[in-house]
Amino acid sequence: MSDQLRTSADHSPVPGFRPRRRSVGAAALALPGLLGLAACGGSGDAASGDPGTVRVVDYYNTPADDTVIQDTLEAVGTEVGVSISREKVPGDQLIQKVLQMSSSKTLPDLLMLDNPDLQEIAKSGALAPLEDLGIDTSGFTQEILDAGTYEGKVYGLAPTVNTIALFCNTALLKEAGVEAPTTWDELKETAAALTKDDTYGIAFSAIATYEGTWQFLPFMWSNGGDETDLATEQVAGAGQLWADLVAEGSASKAVVNWGQGDVIDQFKAGKAAMAVNGPWNISGLQSDAPDLEWEVVTIPVPTEGADSVAPLGGEVWTIPQTGDTEKQKKVAELLQKFVSPENQLAMGAARSTIPASTEAAATFGKEHPELATFVEQVSTARARTAKLGPEWPTTAKAIYTANQQILVDGAAPEQAFADAADSLG
Amino acid sequence: MTTSAPTSSAAEPSAPATRTPSPRRPRRPGASALVRYGFLAPAALYLAAFFGYPIVKNFVMSFQEYTSATFFSGLAPFVGLDNYVTVLSDPIFLKALGNTALFTIGSIVGQFVIGMALALFFRRSFPLSGFLRSVLLLPWLLPMIVSAAVWRWILEQDSGILNRALETIGLISTPIPWLTSADTALVAVIMVNIWLGIPFNVVLLYSGLQAIPTELYEAAEIDGATGWTSFRYVTLPLLRPVVSVVLLLGVIYTIKVLDLILGLTGGGPANATQTVATRSYEMSFVEFEFGQGAALGNVLIVIALVFSIVYLRANARSTAKG
Repeated sequence: MSDQLRTSADHSPVPGFRPRRRSVGAAALALPGLLGLAACGGSGDAASGDPGTVRVVDYYNTPADDTVIQDTLEAVGTEVGVSISREKVPGDQLIQKVLQMSSSKTLPDLLMLDNPDLQEIAKSGALAPLEDLGIDTSGFTQEILDAGTYEGKVYGLAPTVNTIALFCNTALLKEAGVEAPTTWDELKETAAALTKDDTYGIAFSAIATYEGTWQFLPFMWSNGGDETDLATEQVAGAGQLWADLVAEGSASKAVVNWGQGDVIDQFKAGKAAMAVNGPWNISGLQSDAPDLEWEVVTIPVPTEGADSVAPLGGEVWTIPQTGDTEKQKKVAELLQKFVSPENQLAMGAARSTIPASTEAAATFGKEHPELATFVEQVSTARARTAKLGPEWPTTAKAIYTANQQILVDGAAPEQAFADAADSLG
Repeated sequence: MTTSAPTSSAAEPSAPATRTPSPRRPRRPGASALVRYGFLAPAALYLAAFFGYPIVKNFVMSFQEYTSATFFSGLAPFVGLDNYVTVLSDPIFLKALGNTALFTIGSIVGQFVIGMALALFFRRSFPLSGFLRSVLLLPWLLPMIVSAAVWRWILEQDSGILNRALETIGLISTPIPWLTSADTALVAVIMVNIWLGIPFNVVLLYSGLQAIPTELYEAAEIDGATGWTSFRYVTLPLLRPVVSVVLLLGVIYTIKVLDLILGLTGGGPANATQTVATRSYEMSFVEFEFGQGAALGNVLIVIALVFSIVYLRANARSTAKG
């Protein structure tokens, strides 16, 4: 720095650079700019890809899911004659990733979506109707197809699905001398009987996110409530059940802050004798609490003999509109093989989820007796977006908001759900 | 310019570096200016790209109907002030605004008072004081989401360590539903934010305190001012520039706290901890109404801007008064 100031004859410093230094300085400044531009130019080509590679995006990050999906995709890819390039994103970032890819026109060839999000994405025009690409959807139940349908066209197929049921700690039940409940009255009595010391009778998730709504749906639907009209006594009745369970102390007040992962943690730790949860947590349950004896029963119904209707979960696989129709047809071929009954059984076994096609599900129930209840519950399960389509998320929000008001503020269920219905307009 | 140079150099012999160049070497106005701007250019470009563009885009987005469909089709029809009307008439808006005010005021008061107390405490050096001061920085260094996750666990109603400790000591008989009751949720979140903000306050106030010469305290002591009076008449006035910076930065930062609240309560229970920032996030990334989220975000920017202008003017006026 010292020789930047050139001195004049009287040795006083003179500001300004010598020409040589100035051009060196200018060049040094230009270089990063040019490098930056060069870097920007190079990355655009990766998106178009070569015709023999199918780009896949999904959110299967847990080892069990990841391995089986990767293996199945690669096996099917070899059959069809393409190679697979797969990108996994964290679960809660998938939609943001999809939106980014939509706007930069870099949607993958095969995209996995959680079924309630499919409506929103299909509405934006980003997905191709599967039947137009020659996919055969027979063999899947109407409910499962509904989960992947928007305005009458099927946009996504789910190879495996899941739902929720009631996990019971058999040791604690035997100790208290009670049976697994089948009706709501039995549920309240059993939960009360099982609550002692620091163990709660039952745990469920009433959190202020879509998870809370998801857990509420079996109670709402089994009671005859419908998501198209929340201001009915059937919906309020289901809300009253939850309020009663918390008020009687059979369920912790903390349910308003628990996600389904927290609920199963409570069950594993023996802090909850019963838990409403899904089969995706079974492998974790087996590894974290191997000594815990548990069984699964269908969610109790309001009166004896009523149908236990649970929500249909699971991810659908879709084919985005990439503009390359040849490639889309190839991917459709891939998808058809991917959701074949044999692959469904393999994926279901590895991921503890239920195969979607009816005969595969029946075979699965026989091969995996611990998941038999889920097979049964799935056969009567309903898709969340079947009636409301892309309007489902706002209704889901209204439902969990109402439950929060009931459980936290002590609002009367009728009022809370009437307000919820009003907020939907 | 060149004729006045010798007189100015004669008048200011002590500042040779600032004098204008000697008449023998005429300045070329463009060249050194070009180099100066050349050095400014990367920083200016960065600011324009990463600060200017998002703000402008956000402003424009708040007047458009920008939803998830826009990402695919690129269509975002202009809707004028509709987004602002929707956002301001949202039933949760007033509650969110109130929560934001309570959260900010509660956090800043707590952080500042405790930070000041700790800074004063550490003025004396005692064994391990250096070590303790570094350990105090830990809350600031941890990622916010990690702190939120750990605190969520600590504040758990039935099995959280805070309730267990309070029960063992005998201060409470039934566990306090910290994060699950509408009454205590905001208090719990403010508590955690105070914990997070203490290091920032301690560090800045401590360095401000170091800058006050000890002779002043000795002089004040001679006049009879010790303890509280010396704090009030010597420390505080001299600390004012640091205090104003700390408060301003603290408020601006606290108004937009998002990840802490999302990690602890997600805005619940029953919107008890919903602030303007969390509501804006929810609108954009949960409901995919980006136009409305942008409108609410702009409301937050305006609030922060108004506050900083008012505060800075009050500060300027009081420093001008001496």
